[in-house]
Amino acid sequence: MSTDNLVEIRNLSFSYGKRSILKGINLTAPRGKMIAIMGGSGSGKTTLLRLIGGQLRPSGGEVLVEGQDMHQLSHQALFQMRRKMGMLFQFGALFTDLSVFENVAFQMREHTDFPESVIRDLVLMKLHAVGLRGASQLMPAELSGGMARRVALARAVALDPMLIMYDEPFTGLDPISLGQVGNLIRRLTDTLGLTSIVVTHDIHKSLEIVDYVYFVSDGVIEAEGTPAEIQASDLPFVHQFVHGEEDGPVPFHYPAADYAQDLGLGARK
Amino acid sequence: MMRIGVFFSAIGRSVINSIWRLGYATRFMALTLLRSGTSVTRFSLVMREIYSSGVLSLVIIVVSGLFVGMVLGLQGYETLKIYGAEQSLGVLVALSLVRELGPVVAALLFASRAGSAITAEIGLMKTTEQLKALEMMAVDPIARIVAPRFWGGVISMPILAAIFSVMGIFGGYIVGVVLIGVDDGSFWSQMQAAVDVRHDVINGVIKSGVFGFAVTAIALFEGYDATPTAEGVSRATTRTVVTSSLTILALDFILTAFMFKGV
Repeated sequence: MSTDNLVEIRNLSFSYGKRSILKGINLTAPRGKMIAIMGGSGSGKTTLLRLIGGQLRPSGGEVLVEGQDMHQLSHQALFQMRRKMGMLFQFGALFTDLSVFENVAFQMREHTDFPESVIRDLVLMKLHAVGLRGASQLMPAELSGGMARRVALARAVALDPMLIMYDEPFTGLDPISLGQVGNLIRRLTDTLGLTSIVVTHDIHKSLEIVDYVYFVSDGVIEAEGTPAEIQASDLPFVHQFVHGEEDGPVPFHYPAADYAQDLGLGARK
Repeated sequence: MMRIGVFFSAIGRSVINSIWRLGYATRFMALTLLRSGTSVTRFSLVMREIYSSGVLSLVIIVVSGLFVGMVLGLQGYETLKIYGAEQSLGVLVALSLVRELGPVVAALLFASRAGSAITAEIGLMKTTEQLKALEMMAVDPIARIVAPRFWGGVISMPILAAIFSVMGIFGGYIVGVVLIGVDDGSFWSQMQAAVDVRHDVINGVIKSGVFGFAVTAIALFEGYDATPTAEGVSRATTRTVVTSSLTILALDFILTAFMFKGV
């Protein structure tokens, strides 16, 4: 594996029972870069993230992080590897019984022996980076969607991971919050030297901030390229996705029996 | 013929699913016990759960214990009076509570108050991806979330049952001695003579310990296994109360048969 690539996915497949979700995915995330994985709802993007984090076992292929196959690691080695990763969940997944401060401090308390004064300073620095130092004593229920996402981001970078995965970080955000979260993710990636993998279907914001894009459709990588290449692409799938067209390679209608037959019109002929 | 086939295959499927779920629950329980190290090294986590499962259940336990004891006192007096044995009221109240009603009723109340709360909490943590977030932070949810709640429940239950029995005896005393006028000295001295520490009290504590184990294990498993939707959590919570209650009653019969046979 090239040392330039922090994550390398080779011929990865995954199925839920008999339902095949991923069918031979190949993908790389170079160190310090931000890549986006895009695709429609239910195309297996989140499953892909959970496979990278070792939360699911693939039915074939491998996921290499820092050259180590995530699915060959022992329970302990997997947890050691996860200490170097962060993940931002779709709706933040903040611990609702802990304050904002305690949420960000959680990993420090679990994994380090830092004295309380150091934890306090570190938490306030992380919260300051996401603009929410003043909200440190609020409870998650008191936060807006965008604020919760930013707290979750501060929590994800609490122990300075090498890789952060974002699961639909822009879902349900107003334009201002969306811009804030998007720019924050880019800024953190650059300033902390992180590698970021963003799963999203927000095409416009993603093309602004990421370095490379993979399109997943029907369990395979349908297209890939830099944002400029994607915007210039005339592949039907990419064109439909980028321009939000209703019908195309991704059909509007779920497969169904003949319409006239379903309405009982065939018998009248 | 077709219908019979469908009928039998449905039965087969349901049996296989039940056995599979039982196996899953057993593995879950084994993992909880194996990963209980954190609960020992960070006992403050267990203390917090003793507070939410035990201390917060005190009101319902104290009030219910008092009323159950008062009813026992009243009913017991009416029956004993027929045989002229009203002086034995203390024995009747104490033995009923320490052997049976204390552990069983306290466990039923514990299942509906604390068991349902545990299931709802874990189920919601699953629904809002908090358990997955823990895994991704390299924190084992079984060790950090499940095991402390388990030990919190197991430790709380016998204490709650003991408090229930004490309050019940006090309720029996109020009705029997203070209100009806049974002799104070007979009430206490006969109770003292008839209640055996090993045979009655310790057996009652063992019962409540077993019930605490069963209720907390069921509540945790149902929460962990809940379908991550609002409906799934609601169903899991209902299942906790129903399964726990039936398990308590079945276990009570088995334990009683072993503890008090032929005595």
